[in-house]
Amino acid sequence: MNRPATASELGLCLCHSCGLACDMRGEPQYCPRCDAPLHRRKIDSLNRTWAYLLAGLAFYVPANLLPVMNTTMLGSGADSTIMSGVLEFWQHGAWDIALIIFIASIAVPGIKFVVLSLLLITVQRGSAWARPERSKLYRFVELIGYWSMLDVLVVALVAALVKFQALSDIEPRVGILFFGLVVVFTMLSAMSFDPRLIWDNPRAQERMDEADSH
Amino acid sequence: MAIPEQLIICEHCDCVYQRVALAPHQKTLCVRCGAVLQRYNGLTVQQRLALSVAAAVLWLFANAYPVMSISLQGLKNSATLWDSVLALSQGPITFIAMVAAISIIIAPAFQVLLLIWVLGYALAERRSPAFKLCMRGLETLRPWSMLEVCLLGAMVAVFKLAGMLDVLPGIGLLALAALSLLMIRIAGRDIRDLWDTP
Repeated sequence: MNRPATASELGLCLCHSCGLACDMRGEPQYCPRCDAPLHRRKIDSLNRTWAYLLAGLAFYVPANLLPVMNTTMLGSGADSTIMSGVLEFWQHGAWDIALIIFIASIAVPGIKFVVLSLLLITVQRGSAWARPERSKLYRFVELIGYWSMLDVLVVALVAALVKFQALSDIEPRVGILFFGLVVVFTMLSAMSFDPRLIWDNPRAQERMDEADSH
Repeated sequence: MAIPEQLIICEHCDCVYQRVALAPHQKTLCVRCGAVLQRYNGLTVQQRLALSVAAAVLWLFANAYPVMSISLQGLKNSATLWDSVLALSQGPITFIAMVAAISIIIAPAFQVLLLIWVLGYALAERRSPAFKLCMRGLETLRPWSMLEVCLLGAMVAVFKLAGMLDVLPGIGLLALAALSLLMIRIAGRDIRDLWDTP
């Protein structure tokens, strides 16, 4: 395969904080320019990514089952979950808002679980399958990551506004806590994953091929 | 070997490239994995500083004025960003109030302050005190600053409430909209260019 040399072949290491190509010949521990700790690959990347991902997945269940807010209208209160909020918009004909909330709150975390698991499993198997596409998938997950905070902020604003005691009152419920935790843990999971691992094994393979041909 | 400052390492696949000068609207992509390596940014230090000061003013407006107000049968109520954080802070869910406060108030505030600090010195062609710390701070804060999500959230909240009562967007919402767009322009990763100037 025709490609530029990689940092590890040239004895370089990328500083994640300032982007400097650091010379690793003296085995420096810290970036000479910004003092951030240096490591060729993110430390313990696969285990950390799995751990955060599973924690997120565990919280995803109560986040969707427990009510995220309670609406009281003239004395009669009703709990609503994220999905019931989506359905309510849908039934009132506001399909666009329903779609935004559904994508941000339910689809995005779901996509993140699937994509990150896929990336983790393929990396662990040392797979050479669809590397550029998997790189693209990772960048996509990084990009969409924080949009799931949408529902947390909507509930916060709505609860802060509707405070008319007996007449009408909206309060946040415990589901929103789990929901926020899902967002935080999936973000940490995506940050812990090192996308360079997708490309790592082939090099050993290529080197072996080279050795064979000589 | 080439001078390290002139090399770019693709953070998605570890390929090494020589830095090139870009013309407006150009960007460079990694040939192996397709990630963006460099993106043209036409802002000078002066312009960046001016935009950062503008962002600071907008942050004050976004936080001082209500994001929106509602009225129901003669009763009125309005909420600022801080009010919405407080609304989350009651009961067992306090932790999420902290996350919300960081993502919509604290992280953007620190980003703007650090930018003004670092760029103010850069304008005088000097490195600010604690330059390394500030630059690493900006790098750490970036993923946790979620103003654009908050903007979309405020708009969804408007629609959510419009069905049951009268909703009026406030000055805070306009400031929030302007601030979130501005932050995308000034707090991106091309602030790393400052490392190259002495």
